[in-house]
Amino acid sequence: MSDVKPVLELRNVDKSFGPIDVLHDISLKVGAGEVLCLLGDNGAGKSTLIKLMSGVYQPTRGDIMMDGEKITFISPRDAQERGIATVHQFGGTYPLMSIGRNFFMGAEPTKGVWPLKVFDRKTANRIAVEEVQKMGITRITDGDRLVGGLSGGERQSLAIARAVYFGARVLILDEPTAALGVKQAAHVLRIVNQAKRRGLAVIFITHQVMHAMAVGDHFAVLIRGAVAADFHKGEKTREQIADLMAGGESMAELEANIEGYMETHGGQPPPPAH
Amino acid sequence: MTETTTNSGSALETKLEPTAGFSIKAFFRSPAAGAFMGFVAVFVLFSIFGYDRNFLSVPGMTTWMNFASIIGMIAIPVGFLMIAGELDISTGAVVPASTMTVAIVSQHYEMPVMVGIAAALAVGALIGFINGFIVTRTRVPSFIVTLATLFAVAGITLYLSIFFINNTNSFYHAPDWAKSLFGGKVFGFNSSVFWWLGMIAGFIFFLHYSPKGSWVFALGGDQESARNAGIPVRKMKIGLFMLCSTSAAFAGVLQVITFNSATSQANFGLIFNTIISVVVGGVLLTGGFGTVMGIVFGVLTLSIVTQAIGFTQIDRNLSFLIIGVMLLIAVLLNDTFRQLATSWSTAKKK
Repeated sequence: MSDVKPVLELRNVDKSFGPIDVLHDISLKVGAGEVLCLLGDNGAGKSTLIKLMSGVYQPTRGDIMMDGEKITFISPRDAQERGIATVHQFGGTYPLMSIGRNFFMGAEPTKGVWPLKVFDRKTANRIAVEEVQKMGITRITDGDRLVGGLSGGERQSLAIARAVYFGARVLILDEPTAALGVKQAAHVLRIVNQAKRRGLAVIFITHQVMHAMAVGDHFAVLIRGAVAADFHKGEKTREQIADLMAGGESMAELEANIEGYMETHGGQPPPPAH
Repeated sequence: MTETTTNSGSALETKLEPTAGFSIKAFFRSPAAGAFMGFVAVFVLFSIFGYDRNFLSVPGMTTWMNFASIIGMIAIPVGFLMIAGELDISTGAVVPASTMTVAIVSQHYEMPVMVGIAAALAVGALIGFINGFIVTRTRVPSFIVTLATLFAVAGITLYLSIFFINNTNSFYHAPDWAKSLFGGKVFGFNSSVFWWLGMIAGFIFFLHYSPKGSWVFALGGDQESARNAGIPVRKMKIGLFMLCSTSAAFAGVLQVITFNSATSQANFGLIFNTIISVVVGGVLLTGGFGTVMGIVFGVLTLSIVTQAIGFTQIDRNLSFLIIGVMLLIAVLLNDTFRQLATSWSTAKKK
């Protein structure tokens, strides 16, 4: 573990909706310039976890810490103001709106004086195009274009560029590559790396192990609402991770085995089984 | 009718494609394009068939302009709601509620006219608030919520009319200054036409230029993302419902002062007219797309077809047929324009 204070940390967080426990005893942390990959099959509780971290829900028990201090997000807006940006699968963009307007949604630049304050289209378009190009998307040159005409990867990039521009410190990416082709996905992964290099703490949610391994520094596997495994880059092979995600039943046993192995082998993980 | 619209559409496009200037291309990407072409087609057609029957004369113009102004000042906020992904059909009850409020307050209780107007607008705002509140706090679709308030308000209006003045209809004679301000005539155009023009300017500013305008589109485009972007979704929606009902109430105020009479009968035709105008005006039924000018052209087209058909040689019984066909063509055309708009990137690259 790194010595720097984690930017965002969950400590023994539980979330239940009435009698139904969705998440139990989740402890995770992510530091600046680090990518935490959250892996899990459908229904593992990934989306609930995202909503906890982005202020949509509050934990039933346990604490959320930012920079080592306990905090409560009272709303998504509150979380956002503290620097948590969430980008959803389809980029959180509006297909029939221009790039400039999408980029500044909710924080529109204006010119003129009240009551004749108008949306500053030119500035919005210029900044949006600049920021997206910084992310390596040079194909976008006109901020008036509708987002519906962009590819899935470009939309993700736009959303990530937006988050970075508005001073996000934690970037939560919800299945950003799920709906994309190979090339597009590679592009998004490059952008994730770029965000990481810029010192953002990235939480990357996916069920595609390859994508996770390409960018992740730290991995957590979520099964039925609990962290079933928590390990660092290079500690497990791709097959092991896939097994972990799929094999909910043998989870505890497998984990015990690995831990036992690691204890007797000086912290080394077991060699790949295949 | 069918022939004219579709032909002019495709012919223009192919002709303009290679050499088109920026503004013309931009126009064809705009959601108002279909509505504008429909309006031109109908106007030309009616001018030809109505030339010797005074379609182009002042009485001809004022007939449909006066009608359009009342429909239009309600249709634009209804369109805002549709862009935001909601529907409001309660307007058909808000207008009579407003006219009766003015008549009861200012005629029966002899209060100053401004008190009557303020009361009517307050009734409108309250109905809008109830609509918005229920829609944002429950999962009931706005169509059902406003259908419920449509009947509820119509019922209350009837009941209270009988209760206060023991009559379902009433009359009101406004003082001269109010009459000329709200219900006067200039060259045959009712005051409502000028109010409408002013409101169009305000609505255009709000939707297309003010920073909050894009929030309306965001609500209909992707409400979840809008909420995540920090947009006060509930407040915006309640505000839009209130704007819609208050505009309908204002239309009622103008009506009662113009015609000196008020009725408590719900105006179901108005509901259809506003929604047809909005859809013909190029607003996407599922939200997220539309323009004020598109709705304006939708309103004008509808008004010409329903009101001015008597000034032409076209059998007036055909007006509903024309509207039905026009509605279908509009929706089909709008799909094409929308595709043009989103595929712009690839077209430009090649």
